[in-house]
Amino acid sequence: MLLDMMAPWAALARRLAFASRLALALAGGAVLTGATLVPSAEATTLRFAFQGELKAVDPYALMESFSLSVGTAVYEGLIRRGPDLEIEPCLATSWETLDPLHWRFHLRKGVKFHNGEDFTADDVVFSAQRLHTQGSDLKNMVASDTKVVKVDDHTVDFILTHPDPLLMAQWEDWGIFSQKWSEEHGATEATAMNATTPPYAALHANGTGPFILVSHEPGVKTVWKKNPNWWDTPKHNLDEVVFTPIPSNATRVAALLSGEIDWMDPVPLPDQARVNANPGTQVMAGPELRTIFLGFDQMRPELGHSNVKGKNPFKDVRVRKAFYQAIDEEAIKTKVMRGLATPAALLIAPSLYSESKDFKRIPFDPEASKKLLGEAGYPEGFEVQLDCPNDRYVNDEAICQAVVGMLARVGIKIDLVAEPKSKFFARILGVGGYDTSFYLLGWTPATYESYNVFQYNIQCRDEKGNGGHNNIGGYCNPKVDQLANEALQEPDQEKRDDIFKKAWQIALFDDVGYVPLHQQALAWGVSKKVHVIQRPDNAYIFAWVNMD
Amino acid sequence: MIAFIIRRLFASIGVLIAVGLIAFLLFRYVGDPVNQMVGIETPESERVALRQQLGLNDPTIVQAFRFLAHAARLDFGISYQFKQPVSELIGARMPATLELAFVASIMSLVTGIPMGVYTALRRKSALAKLFEALSLVGISLPTFLIGILLIYLFSVTLGWLPSFGRGDVVHIGSWWTTGLLTASGLKSIIMPAITLALFQMTLIMRLVRAEMLEVLRADYIRFARARGLSERKVHFRHALKNTLVPVITVVGLQLGSIVAFSIITETVFSWPGMGQLFLQSVQNVDIPIMAAYLLFIAFLFVIINLVVDLLYAAVDPRLRVAIHGA
Repeated sequence: MLLDMMAPWAALARRLAFASRLALALAGGAVLTGATLVPSAEATTLRFAFQGELKAVDPYALMESFSLSVGTAVYEGLIRRGPDLEIEPCLATSWETLDPLHWRFHLRKGVKFHNGEDFTADDVVFSAQRLHTQGSDLKNMVASDTKVVKVDDHTVDFILTHPDPLLMAQWEDWGIFSQKWSEEHGATEATAMNATTPPYAALHANGTGPFILVSHEPGVKTVWKKNPNWWDTPKHNLDEVVFTPIPSNATRVAALLSGEIDWMDPVPLPDQARVNANPGTQVMAGPELRTIFLGFDQMRPELGHSNVKGKNPFKDVRVRKAFYQAIDEEAIKTKVMRGLATPAALLIAPSLYSESKDFKRIPFDPEASKKLLGEAGYPEGFEVQLDCPNDRYVNDEAICQAVVGMLARVGIKIDLVAEPKSKFFARILGVGGYDTSFYLLGWTPATYESYNVFQYNIQCRDEKGNGGHNNIGGYCNPKVDQLANEALQEPDQEKRDDIFKKAWQIALFDDVGYVPLHQQALAWGVSKKVHVIQRPDNAYIFAWVNMD
Repeated sequence: MIAFIIRRLFASIGVLIAVGLIAFLLFRYVGDPVNQMVGIETPESERVALRQQLGLNDPTIVQAFRFLAHAARLDFGISYQFKQPVSELIGARMPATLELAFVASIMSLVTGIPMGVYTALRRKSALAKLFEALSLVGISLPTFLIGILLIYLFSVTLGWLPSFGRGDVVHIGSWWTTGLLTASGLKSIIMPAITLALFQMTLIMRLVRAEMLEVLRADYIRFARARGLSERKVHFRHALKNTLVPVITVVGLQLGSIVAFSIITETVFSWPGMGQLFLQSVQNVDIPIMAAYLLFIAFLFVIINLVVDLLYAAVDPRLRVAIHGA
C-alpha cells in the first residue's frame, strides 16, 4: 500500500489540475453570488494566497523570487525599486562612485529596526559578511572579493576589484540584518543546512521594513502587522497581512470567488474568464519579465538523444534556423497561451531593454525551414529528444507539445520528455552534466538588464560549467562574449544598450543560438475592494496595497 | 501472551526498517533536492558542496541506514525546504490530520450503520434503493472531485462554508491544537470531513447490510422470533450486535487508511495536516520529511494491526489456544 502511494505523484498533481478544470466546467452553469463568508474585522487585514509555500523568512536562505519579494516587507535593502522597476533610495539616501572601483553609500539616519535598535553602518558591513556565510544562497549580491568598509556611522564604502555598473541592481532583495540582534540570537550565519539546532532566523525576523513578522507556521500561515515606526510615510492602509499557501488551483480560485481571500496568484488560464465574470473579483494581467525559449546542444560532437550519429546537427546554423522558422509562435500564443503571452524576439523582456523594438522575430516559414534542412543535409529530417518541465512555467508541457507538432510538419520527429521540475533541472543543469539535446527553459534576469542573460545563458562555458553555467546548450561565440564584457565596463546606459544591440544581433539572428518564444503573462486574481500595484517582475509589495 | 506480543513487536520493527529502506530506494527517482534548495543562478561548485554537506553523495544504503539510526533516536533531521526539525513540523501538523480523521470516522459510523441496517431490513423500500444508489456514487467518484464539487456548491455558490484551511485554532497543552472549539474551525472541518468520510460511510453501510442479511438468516434469529420476541428486540438486540464485530474490526483497520489517504482531501481543502506537508515535500524533494512521514504511517499501520491482533486474541478463544500453544 505504501508503495502504491509513493509512485504516481506527478501524475496525481496533473490529475488534480485536470479535475479542477472538469469541476469548473461542471459548475460553470451555476449562478455566482459574490457572497462574502468572513465579515470584515475592525482592523484592515489583507488576505493573500499563493500556489507555493513561503519557504524562508530568512531571505538569505533561498534565491527564489517569491520568498525574496515577500521578504522585502520585513527586510529592506540599501535601495528599492518603484512601480516601473526604477531604483529608489531606501536605507541609503544617496551614493556616489569616487572612482569606478570605489562606491560610497550615505545611509539614512533615524531608521530603527523592529526591535528598536538603530540602523547603522555596522549593520551593512555585517550583512555583507552574512551574505557569504555557509547556507547563504545570495552570495552573488556582493562579490566575495569586494571590501565593505565603514567610514562613519552613516557612511559605507564598497571597494571593488573590477568595475561593476550593475553593483546595486539586485540589492532590493538584499535585506539588511541587525548585527546586534543576529549575534544575540545566534543568527550570524544564513540558515546553514547542517545545523543541528533550528536556525533562529528561519522563524523570527527583525528588519527595518514596513511590516513586522508576527508569526510564521511553515507551509501553513504567515502573519505580519504594520510597523507603526516605519521611517517612510506608508502608502498602504493595512493593519495586518495574512498569507496562506493554497496549492490546489480550483480551491484558490474558489477562495477568491467566495471572498475568503483578497489577492491571489496565479489565476490558471482556464479560470480567468470566471474570475472576471464574478462581480467582486477581477484578473490583473500583465506581461511578465520571464522569457521562455528553446535551446540546442551545440557543444557535443554527437547529440546524446538523437538518431543522427557521428555528428551534431545543431552545430549547423541552418538547422537551428530551420527549427526557428518551423515554429509558429503566434499559434502558441493564441492556442496554447490563450492570448496571454507576448511573442519575443530576444531573451529579454522589452521593458528591460530600450532597443527591443528594433528586433523582430525571424518569420515563421515552414517552406524556408524545409529548404534549410535540405541544404544542411537533412531533407528527410531527423529525430531528437525535447526535454521540458511540466510544472515550472505557464503551460510548459503544452507549449512543448505544440512545438512537437510544428516540427513534425518539416520532418523533424521529436521525442518529448516532460518531467516535474525537480527531475528536469537535476538532469539538464550542470549537476546533471547538461544531459539534453534540445530543451525548453525560462529566464528572468535578476538584475533587470541584458548583461545577466549573457552572463548566465550566452557566455561560452567549458564541459564543467565554468563560464556561462546556465548556458545548457553550450552556445559559444567569443565575439559576443567580448561585446558583453565591453558593455559591462560601460557606465553610460545608452552606449551600453548600443553595444548589447550588436551582441543580440549576432547571438540570436546571425548565429540563431536560441529560439526565443514569448514572455508569459502574469495573472493575479484580486478582489475589487483591494488596490494593488503590479510590477512586471511579479513582486508582491504589501506596502503599496490599499483596501476600501 | 507476552511472548506473542514481543514476537509481534520484533516483526513490526522489521517492517519499519523495510519501509525505511524501500523509501530511500525510491527517493533516488524523485529528483535532486539541492535543485529545490538553491536558485537557478547558483553555480555548480556550490551545489556540489551542498550535496556533500547533506550526505547525498553517499550510497543510498548508507543514507538509509544513517536515517534509520537517527530515527531510532527519534531524530528525523532538519527539513530541506523549511530548515526546521522534521519532528516539530510533523508534530505541528499531526493534530489537524488526526482531528479530521477522527471526525470523518465518527461521521461515517453515525451515518453508515443506520443506513446499512435500514437497507437490510427494508430491502424493497424506495429509500433503501436511494441509499444504495448513493453508496455507488460514494465508491465510484474520486475524492478530489467530490471535494471540489462541495467547494463550488457550499463556498462559491451558497457562501456557507469556507473553502480552505482550518479556521481559528485553540492551543491545548504544549503542542496540540484544535479547531473543534471555534465556530470557524467547526465550519472549516465540515466539508473535508464529509469528503473523507464518504467512502468509509459507503463501505460501512454495505458491510453492515451484508452482515445483517447474513445474520438475519441465522438459526438463533429464527429461534428468537419463535420465542415471541418483538421485531425490534430481534433486530437490534440480537442481529445488530452480532453484526458489529466484523464492522468494528474493519473500521479499526480503516482508521489507518483514513489518516494515510487524507493526503488528497487535505490538498483539495488546503487543510494544514501531515498529508499536505507530505505532498509539498514530494514536490520539493524534501527527503527528511518524506522519510519521516512514511515511517510514521507505517508505524500507524503496524500499531493498528498489533492492537487488532491482540483484540482478536482476547475475543476469540480458539486463537488464544493457538498463541499459548506456540
